[in-house]
Amino acid sequence: MSASRRMLHPGAWWIWAIALAATALRTTDALLLGLIAVVVAYVVSARRTDAPWARSFGSFLRLGVIVIVIRVVFQMLFGVRIEGTTLFTIPSVTLPSWAAGVSLGGPVTAEALVDAARQGLRLAVVLLCFGAASSLCSPYRMLRALPSALYEAGVAITVALTFAPQAIIASRQVRDARRLRGRADRGVRAWAGSAMPVLEGALDRSVALAASMDARGYGRRGAIPVARRRGISALMLLGLCLVAVGAYGLLDATAPAVLRLPPFIAGAVALTASLMLSGRGVERTRYRPDPWRSPEWIVSLSGVAALVAIVIAGRTGAVLEPPASPLAVPQLVPVAAAGILVALLPAWLAPRPPAPLEPTLDPRFEVAA
Amino acid sequence: MIRFDHVSFTYPDAPAPTLVDVDFTVPEGELCLVVGETGSGKSTLLRAVNGLVPRFSGGLLTGTVTVGGRSTALVPPRELADVVGLVGQDPAAGFVTDMVEDELAHVMENLGVAPDIMRRRVEDVLDLLGLHELRNRPLSTLSGGQQQRVAIGAVLTAGPRVLVLDEPTSALDPAAAEEVLAALTRLVHDLGITVLVAEHRLERVVQYADSIVYVPGDGAPVVIGDPGRILAGSVVVPPIVELGRVAGWSPLPLSVRDARRAAADLRERLAPLTPPVPSAPAHGEIVARVTGLHAGYGPVAALSDVELEVRAGEVVALMGRNGAGKSTLLSHLVGLRAPQRGEVRVRGEEPHRLPARSVIRSVGLVPQDNGVLLYHDTVAAECVAADRDGDLAAGTTRAVLDRLVPGIDHRAHPRDLSEGQRLALALAIVLGAEPALVLLDEPTRGLDYGAKQRLIAMLEGLAAEGRAVVMATHDVEVVAAVAHRAVVLAEGEVVADGPARDVVVHSPVFAPQIAKVLAPETWMTVGEVSDALATLGESR
Repeated sequence: MSASRRMLHPGAWWIWAIALAATALRTTDALLLGLIAVVVAYVVSARRTDAPWARSFGSFLRLGVIVIVIRVVFQMLFGVRIEGTTLFTIPSVTLPSWAAGVSLGGPVTAEALVDAARQGLRLAVVLLCFGAASSLCSPYRMLRALPSALYEAGVAITVALTFAPQAIIASRQVRDARRLRGRADRGVRAWAGSAMPVLEGALDRSVALAASMDARGYGRRGAIPVARRRGISALMLLGLCLVAVGAYGLLDATAPAVLRLPPFIAGAVALTASLMLSGRGVERTRYRPDPWRSPEWIVSLSGVAALVAIVIAGRTGAVLEPPASPLAVPQLVPVAAAGILVALLPAWLAPRPPAPLEPTLDPRFEVAA
Repeated sequence: MIRFDHVSFTYPDAPAPTLVDVDFTVPEGELCLVVGETGSGKSTLLRAVNGLVPRFSGGLLTGTVTVGGRSTALVPPRELADVVGLVGQDPAAGFVTDMVEDELAHVMENLGVAPDIMRRRVEDVLDLLGLHELRNRPLSTLSGGQQQRVAIGAVLTAGPRVLVLDEPTSALDPAAAEEVLAALTRLVHDLGITVLVAEHRLERVVQYADSIVYVPGDGAPVVIGDPGRILAGSVVVPPIVELGRVAGWSPLPLSVRDARRAAADLRERLAPLTPPVPSAPAHGEIVARVTGLHAGYGPVAALSDVELEVRAGEVVALMGRNGAGKSTLLSHLVGLRAPQRGEVRVRGEEPHRLPARSVIRSVGLVPQDNGVLLYHDTVAAECVAADRDGDLAAGTTRAVLDRLVPGIDHRAHPRDLSEGQRLALALAIVLGAEPALVLLDEPTRGLDYGAKQRLIAMLEGLAAEGRAVVMATHDVEVVAAVAHRAVVLAEGEVVADGPARDVVVHSPVFAPQIAKVLAPETWMTVGEVSDALATLGESR
């Protein structure tokens, strides 16, 4: 298989991951969400590289657990009361009249906890999907694949895309440094004590990378008149806002129809137009562009299949968001589950990443040692 | 080609300007060396050439910097990418892609070079820098010297007329440094590229330089001139120049070849004397013992079957190529990694099993980038924190620091200290807990000669106190001056272990300059030679 080993186009992984994230957003069914998490984790373990950013999935997993815990705790303290089996009661605080609608404490029911856990799980799975995308493809390849119009915001984008992997590198460094100073390298205090140095370190690294990219001509405009450049930026900003509104409408099943497709389509048109306009003025070429061949189609479409399946399931009346009460054993929605399983295909059909030739001894990522 | 016209620069919130009224011109086709202590503003000066200072750093720059006829005040760095190629101190931090070829092509993509020309230029640069065997390799698998060459190649493909390099060889082993310098001289001589390069290890580059820009720091005026003239009046000189002074040669030699030709007479005078016997390794107790250690990242072993004993009162130099496993061995000794196979014991205990608080009492490591140890905002706060971390009496760390380098301002931010002072602070933090074994990873990186002398004195002091010191280093001059024993690692295996003099002198790669000049005699440092000359003078 070594001949067919190559890095997949980063866009394919991102489409796959975003489609799965969108699938997760359409349901609170624990079985479906669990299935998505398993699919994502399996594909990541089958197709990730040895590169340091590939280890970010574990961090996203931990972050997911934290999200669920926080969601449940918040539900206990401030959540909307749901009638049902009371498990225990937290002393409630009477709030002044202007804070009506907010409740503090009170009886905690099993229904409320399960509902909160489901909501938390949904968010955690969405996070996992993004974790999967960022561990499956290198942030550097993603940077190169960006449309040239986004270069306007070159530094900001570089920092945004490389911050997470850099933070993981920095956190290893800080953990080692704490041990060298004789401080605890595990536990809550270690976490709290290292947050600032990690963030600082990661930001420094990202900015250094941005400086290096700038010095090598990234974001070069050539001769485009200022007025036109500003026009293009405005058009793009407008497009982004519209797409954001439309995406929100499309994902939230309760949004009015007016806020769904129309803004999404208008935004997409504006974005495409701005990209084409700005691309025209920029002299930029590609050295051996990443190919988009059948594996890319398979990966991206397998993700989209999951999304399509869940939409069909929703249309045909399957219960994707089980009611908070009464409590019930979750029922598997076969159509949606089948769609999600299609997204598992990349674990076999995507090409393997190139094998490292030598020990991956990368000073960029080498820790204090 | 590069013109600094009365340039002054102040970082935001800095009390004093970093550069004051810098005024010089580098003509086309010259290799110009920038020297000065770390923190004196060398890097700032270099980054001002393409406008990263002040555009990325913030701060106020007055005067004008012109490069290839374009002023950096008018265009951002990205528009200068076709004129100036800048390679930073840590090449890996600036890599934008994963693969060697993509990295080389990146700047051309930004410049909009046509695909067929891109293919050709990539081939040219691969050949020019001897990178063709690496073309399909992931960047993360390259050694330090290879990475540095790729970083140079990655700016060369744009066809710049000016190349700016910030300490291109400071992290490299002697052989890799030669590789990079050979590539550089080739660019200057064959292509006529103007090169501005900062470097501490003068002994490596001074022979290639056409001129020297000396940045004294602290706002003193910058001096530019030809290498012989600047070095004659400088206190900061490579060992070979110092030897020339001791032996009374004129003109002073700048390369081993010059010195060797002048040294026939000196060799004759020294022939009847034998160099001082290698300072016998102390017969102290064994502090650390490594037996059959294996370690690996990925498929290939980083260390295999390493055996090592370190005794109290001994300074051991750990040498070898980049990636030979030196740092990995140190991190095992301090317990950051657990052995895959084999055993590491420091004072009878396995360091990776001990809690952090007890480890620091038996072994301490000053990592290569010692800044990662420092996270408070004043020197005083660092010292107080170190006392607290190690349950030490208040003031212990500060006392150690004052012994190492007296007179560091309590209120200074660790980042604003000079490289030498920061190393001393990191060392003081480690030494506060009185570890029996002190490990240093590339301690001389970024140090000028004065700071190196102080480091040598510190290490001698530690050994005299009965501590064991293991230092991973590429700096053969420091090894010659202070190490009792040298251990050479290659591909994770110990290939040589013996008295420093025996290991170092006869190696064409590791031999210090003095040894090269005076071979086959085994003198290693100027100090030894001048002592010997003094005894000769007395006996006459």
